[in-house]
Parts: sequence; structure tokens; C-alpha cells
Amino acid sequence: MAGPTLLKESGPREVFCGLTSIVWLHRRMPDAFFLVVGSRTCAHLIQSAAGVMIFAEPRFGTAILNERDLAGLADAQEELDRVARELLQRRPEIKTLFLVGSCPSEVIKLDLARAAERLNEELQGQVRVVNYSGSGIETTFTQGEDGALAALVPMLPSSDERQLLLVGTLADAVEDRLVNLFDRLGIHCVRSLPPRQSTDLPALGPGTTVLLTQPYLTETARLLKDRGAKILKAPFPLGAEGSRAWMAAAADDFQVPSDTVADVLAPLMERASKALEPHRKVLAGKRIFLLPESQLELPLARFLQRECGMELVEVGTPYLNREQMSEELALLPVGTAVMEGQHVEQQLDRVRSSQPDLVVCGMGLANPLEAEGITTKWSIELVFSPIHGIDQAGDLAELFSRPLRRRQLIQPALHPAGSVHPIHN
Amino acid sequence: MELTLWTYEGPPHVGAMRIAASMEGVHYVLHAPQGDTYADLLFTMIERRGKRPPVTYTTFQARDLGGDTAELVKRHVREAVDRFQPEALLVGESCTAELIQDQPGALAQGMDLPIPVVSLELPAYSKKENWGASETFYQVLRGLLRSQAPEKASHDPTAWQNQGRRPRVNLLGPSLLGFRCRDDVLEIQKLLTMHGIDVGVVAPLGAGVGDIRRLPQADLNVCLYPEVAESGCSWLERTFGMPFTRTVPIGVGATHDFLVELHGLLGMTPPSEEEGYRRSRLPWYSESVDSTYLTGKRVFIFGDGTHAIAAARICSEELGFTVVGLGTYSREMARPMRAAARELGLEALISDDYLAVEAAMADASPELVLGTQMERHSAKRLGLPCAVISTPMHVQDVPARTSPQMGWEGANVIFDSWVHPLMMGLEEHLIGMFRHDFEFVDGHQSHLGQAGGTGMGSEQATTSESTPSESDLIWTADGEAELNKIPFFVRGKVRRNAEAYAREVGCREISSETLYDAKAHYKA
Repeated sequence: MAGPTLLKESGPREVFCGLTSIVWLHRRMPDAFFLVVGSRTCAHLIQSAAGVMIFAEPRFGTAILNERDLAGLADAQEELDRVARELLQRRPEIKTLFLVGSCPSEVIKLDLARAAERLNEELQGQVRVVNYSGSGIETTFTQGEDGALAALVPMLPSSDERQLLLVGTLADAVEDRLVNLFDRLGIHCVRSLPPRQSTDLPALGPGTTVLLTQPYLTETARLLKDRGAKILKAPFPLGAEGSRAWMAAAADDFQVPSDTVADVLAPLMERASKALEPHRKVLAGKRIFLLPESQLELPLARFLQRECGMELVEVGTPYLNREQMSEELALLPVGTAVMEGQHVEQQLDRVRSSQPDLVVCGMGLANPLEAEGITTKWSIELVFSPIHGIDQAGDLAELFSRPLRRRQLIQPALHPAGSVHPIHN
Repeated sequence: MELTLWTYEGPPHVGAMRIAASMEGVHYVLHAPQGDTYADLLFTMIERRGKRPPVTYTTFQARDLGGDTAELVKRHVREAVDRFQPEALLVGESCTAELIQDQPGALAQGMDLPIPVVSLELPAYSKKENWGASETFYQVLRGLLRSQAPEKASHDPTAWQNQGRRPRVNLLGPSLLGFRCRDDVLEIQKLLTMHGIDVGVVAPLGAGVGDIRRLPQADLNVCLYPEVAESGCSWLERTFGMPFTRTVPIGVGATHDFLVELHGLLGMTPPSEEEGYRRSRLPWYSESVDSTYLTGKRVFIFGDGTHAIAAARICSEELGFTVVGLGTYSREMARPMRAAARELGLEALISDDYLAVEAAMADASPELVLGTQMERHSAKRLGLPCAVISTPMHVQDVPARTSPQMGWEGANVIFDSWVHPLMMGLEEHLIGMFRHDFEFVDGHQSHLGQAGGTGMGSEQATTSESTPSESDLIWTADGEAELNKIPFFVRGKVRRNAEAYAREVGCREISSETLYDAKAHYKA
């Protein structure tokens, strides 16, 4: 079959675990608290990834297991009840409490579902308690959001109402804009999962059509389908082309006349094309290497190649769900190396030998590569920035052109001709 | 189980990473799941390192747990040794791997590798980062030096006198993610050079395996950061008989004491007491008249043990502040911290709950906070000026310029960075004097703006009301007039004193006479 070349490797990985997704999930639902049941490492991971100190009191925390819990001197379930009560007493505004499993809690088989059930009974609906796993032995980075949303699916009320459900966290402004555009297309009932208030859960049923906003929601999609929802197949809404196809898929399902779609979206596409132009000038012909991390790598690669004219050296992805990614894979050039999994050392060897113009990678690797003279874009920014939709295509391209422009700006002065690029350490 | 919203210290294996990443030619194989690789960013983003920490994570997954995770460890050890060719290998585990009990250290030691293997057992469910750093440094010393240990420790720190060379000392403790370690090392090297003392090895920062092996060739060890190096220094003392210095040279007085201790151990004549006055600007800057406004400033101190204890001494003895709160998150330093607090008539706060620290800070109503980055945020919420004196590390704590805490230059840096956040006495005085002039641009404030640390904010809040919030007291017109003659920066305090006095003597009206009575009462 023509298409990208699908490869696999395994070995030491350099990726975040699913707990990291708490960083954006808690911002989406300001009435929810995420309580990780884990170790000091979990607490340190989240605070290091999130720059926690800006909060007076963050809406996430860790119930740190200690030796007494592990040795069975204390009943871990009772301890968890105590910690949850202490927390809810201090934060009465919390409406939903997520108990988040971690590597240690999974290894000792601490049953968080049981804990959630018990606490739900005790709290009698004042606070809803939900559990899911963000452990690094089972989940990668953005997969944590899949777990959290999947845990909410059984709580969604049933309804036969005809509606469009957008699934996956979007920036509020982006969501408003998309809802407005769907409205102009004639799709008036648009709901979101996760909702802005954790108690405002959308209803679900045979009349529901789902558009996934993010490419990492495999389990959530499966559960939604089981509840009778129809999951649309489309490229993901990154870049103008992908976003247009994504919206068109919904329009098609709602039998919106194609003339209407063209009328509404054509001016947006034209504007996006103008917005992309300056970035295309910087990016066209440049070679990019994407290391696996956020699971957004395939749609990003498609956007950067087709709309910005970049050449794809290698597209890494932590894991590959071929069915969910089929539309994306179909849009990649024949022979593109798509690497599933990671052997970080071998992958860095390939980065060095291919000398790409830009590498997308995690924060642990960015400065070391920069110090070797390789320009990078850290991928965590992609999950924090509003990048979805036709209107954001220019901003998305800018995230990639900026590091290249910056290098052009400062390189001549900082590295006069003939000077050797030093390795900083 | 303990509810933690934020933590001052990472897990102990991060401490081990700090030692491994500080050294040259050392590699650390860490049996850990993929999420633990976040720790790399502490070095590459926060400390802005252009090198990855020398760590191989086994990144085992749930599906590996049913199979042979021991074989997985061995494969990663083999690959790491082949690829990185280290001169010594550290092998350990993080919290999750500790639960599956693969004993990676023992596994690696059984692999017949051509290099020394140091096995690290760092209990993740009871210990923290600094303990992990200290234990790792100790295990590295022990692992690399044990074979050289003499039967009976005999070591003469004054032996240099008969060997036709200058005295030589090692600097132990500086590490990555330690507070200003990079600059402290430079400053202490400079200080020792001025006294004719050579530096043998600096470790762990920048030390290779060969450097560790020649540690015993020095006359003694300087323990710069007890949190990291004290247990290692004690082992070198027990095993090789090498003494080590206990004084941490932060502040003018402590730097002098350090030099006296060092010269004494080396059999040298102690330096003159005048040296600090000549070499550092802190003493004169503190004596100069502009600094009189520093007198009795209430300061709240919280940080790691070493820096907080040093700060308390500098504040009380060298800057004339009043220490109103003192504490640390390092449980290992609880004993010396309690002693230091007792000397100041305080009870030490030993806690790793930042909300408890914030509550204590609010309670102590300080005018200046010296703390970690977290206290900087708490202080901001309370509208208090703050300077950062300790880890946990933040990208701002790794400045581009040289900015030591130790030695004579360190004292200069400390003077500037602790005094500048306070409203400058003279500057604020002038603003107060001229604020009613027509040339005065409204909104001219010091860098602290409205949230300033002196009485200015509260003074503005109260002058507009003719009746204070406690309506049981009435200010007469001539009382108000008299009050307004008093410089603004003490007006709030005078108002409070007068009201307290009036209540005490049971008088409802405050006139100019009451003001003078109160003044006499409080000065008496």
C-alpha cells in the first residue's frame, strides 16, 4: 500500500506520563479537583511541568503514599477517605473530585474505583467522585485526558436529541468561535466534553454526532460509540485544511448543503491563507523531525508538510491507532517515516545524522539539542496554546517559524563567521 | 498518606541525579517508568544545561511487569555502558521500581562490568531529594575510595608544612540544582587563593572518577553544603582521618569564622579580624547612615537549613534586623535550626507544608521575607517584599551574572539583594515630603508600588478617614493636626500607638496632649 512507511522501535523513552494532562484539564473545569494517589515523584512531576507556584492553592494535589500505607500499617482505603475529606472540607467549592491513579498505586493495586464508589455514597451527591489512571506504566502524556474523559462517559445523561458533541479540551475562546461557526452552518446544538463546569455534563444518545478535537481520545471514543453516538471520521482540526475537512465532516452528517459550507468557510480559508503566507516563507523547504510526545505529531506533520511546505524527516508518535489516524495517514506523502514508540538514544542518533532544520521535542531534550546547534520547538507548548481551527492556522505556523526566525536574528551577532559553535553545559 | 499540593523537595532519586549530573564520566541507570523522565527538564530547563543529565531510564511499562523486568534492567545497563562508556556507573530505582523489588543495583553488580558499580538504595516513600543527594554522594565516595582506605586512619592536616608545598583542601557539596553553587565555588576558590591555600578537588560539581580517587591527597575537606556533603565528609574523617570544616561561609561573620576554623585545622595563623571589613562592602554599607532605616526591620526567614541559619545570623548581627520567624523544610537540619531559633528567642518552624509557612509568615507580620521561590509568591500575596535565599530552584535562581552567596563577594550580593526589595529609606522619605508639590507626578512610587513594605500603604488608607475604624475613639482636630506634622513613614505607627495608649488609660478623645503622653509612655 502506498502511503507513509510505518516503523516501530522500543527502548528507553523520553515522554511524560498521563498525569501531566491534569495541567490543562484542571483549567478547563474550574470546579474540579484532581487528586493523584501516588508518590512524591508524582507531586514533583506535576509541579515541575505546570509551574505551580503561580497558584495560591492549586486545584490539583497528591495524596502521597508513605511507608505505613505500603507496609499495611495503615489501611490505604481509609487513609484515602481521610485525605479526601480533609481536602473537600478545605475546598467546599469543589464539585467533582477526580481520583487519579499513578504508577505506584497501580503496582500496589490500590482500588480507586472502590474508593470513588464509597466516597460517592458518603458525599451523597454534594461532590461527584470519579477515578481514572494517569500512570506512566499505562499512559503517555495526553492519554491522561482520554482516561479522565472516559471516566466521565458513564455519568453522561441519556438523550435522543440531535446534537454535535465536540470531545477533547479546547481553549474557551477557540470553542466559542467553533460553536459560532457551526451555528452559521446551521448546526445549532453543539455541546462539549469536557464541559466548562464539571457538573454541566452533556447528554448523549443515538442523536449525538461526535467530532474529536484531539487525536488521543481512543478509549473515550469507544465508550461514546457504545452509548449510541456516531464518531465522525475526519482529519483533526489543526491547520486550515484539516480544520475545514473536520467541520465539513460535521456539516455533511447534519446534511448542510455544500454551498452553505463553501459560503461560510471560504472567507476563513482565504484569510488563513494570508495569515500562513509569512510563515510559509520561513518554513517552506525546511526539514523537520518530530519526536514522539503529545500524540499531535501526525496532524502537525500533515499541516506542516501540506500547508507550510516543510519536508518531513521523521514523524515520531508514542503509539499509533491506525483507525483513528487513518485520515491523517492518508494525507502524508508516500514514504514518510512514521515511527511508533521510541528508543530515545537511537532516535537522537538519527536526529544528529539527518541534521534537520527544526526538531519538535520535549523540554528535557530541547536545550541539549540547541546547544548542539539544532533548532527546536518544545512540544508542551502545543498542548497549552489555542491552535485548533481555521482561524488559528497562522498562529500554529508561527509556533514553528518563530524558533527559525529567532535563530536568523541572533545567530550572525552571536556566532561571527568562523567561530566554532560551543557546546554549553 | 499525606495531602501535598506542592513540595519543596523532589524524591530522593532526583537527589541522586543531581550528583550524577554534577560529575563527569558517571552514568546513572534508573529503573523507572517513562513519566519519571520529567526530571531531565529540571536540569535542561531550570538550570539551562546544554547537556542531558547522564541518566538512562528503563521506562518499564505495565505489560513488562508480567515478564522479566530484571532482564530489562540488565539490557539497559549493558546499552548504557556501551554507548556512554562511563568510568563509573550508578544504579538505582525510583518509587515505582522500589515496589517491584528487582534490586537493579545488585543485578548490575552481578554483570561483571569493567567499571565500578555503585548501587543506590534510596527509600522513596520515606526520604526526599536532599537526603538522596547526600546518600548518593556518600555512596560514590565509599564505592570509589573504599579500596584505598588505610587499616588505621592517620592523617595530619598540617603535614603540608613539611612537604614543601602549600596547604590543599577539597571543596565538597556543590551540586547542580543547588543554590548558587556555581558562583560560590568561584568565590571560595578566590578566598582560599588569597590565603595561600590551594583547592585540590571540587566535588561533586565537575569532579571525575579520578578526582574522587585523589580526595585523600588533600589536607582536609571543606564542607560547603552540609545537606549534601556532611555524611560524605564524616565518612572521609572516620575512614581516612581527614578533618572537615563545619562553618558555612555565608555572611561576613561566618566567613571570618570559617577562615579561623580552616587556618586552625591547617596549623596556620588565623587571619586578621579586619579582613571582612576590608574585603567586603557589607560592613560599611550596613554602618552608613542610609541603612539606619534598616534597624529593627522585622524579617521572616524560611529555606533549606544551611541558607536559613546563615540568613538569621546575617540579619540579626550584620544588618540589625529583628528576626521574627525562622524555619526550614529540611528535616535533617531540624536540630541546628532549633538551636539557631532558640538563640533568637524563637521557636523554629520545621515544615514542608507551604500553606503552614504562609500562615506563619502572615502571623509574624514581617516587613521583609527571606525564603524560597514559594515564599516569594506567598509574600506577594501578602504584599510583602521578599528576597530568595534557597532552593527549590527556579530559572531566576541561575542568573547569567556571577552572584555568589558565600565569602566576601557573597556578603555584598546578599546586602544588595536583601535590602533592595525594601523601600529605600531616603527615596521614600523624599517622595513623602514632596508628594503634595505640584511638580510631583501622581503615581510615582518605588518599584513596589502600592503594595510597599513600609507604613505608607496603611497610612494612606487611614488619613482620609477622620475617625479610625475603632469608633470608640475620637481624634480631636488639634490631635489630627499634630499627627499630620509627623513624617508619613512613622505616622501610621504613631496613630496606632496613640490609640493603644488611649485605650489603655481609658481616654476616649485623642488630642495633641494625648499624642505627647503616648510618645512619652512608649519611649519610657
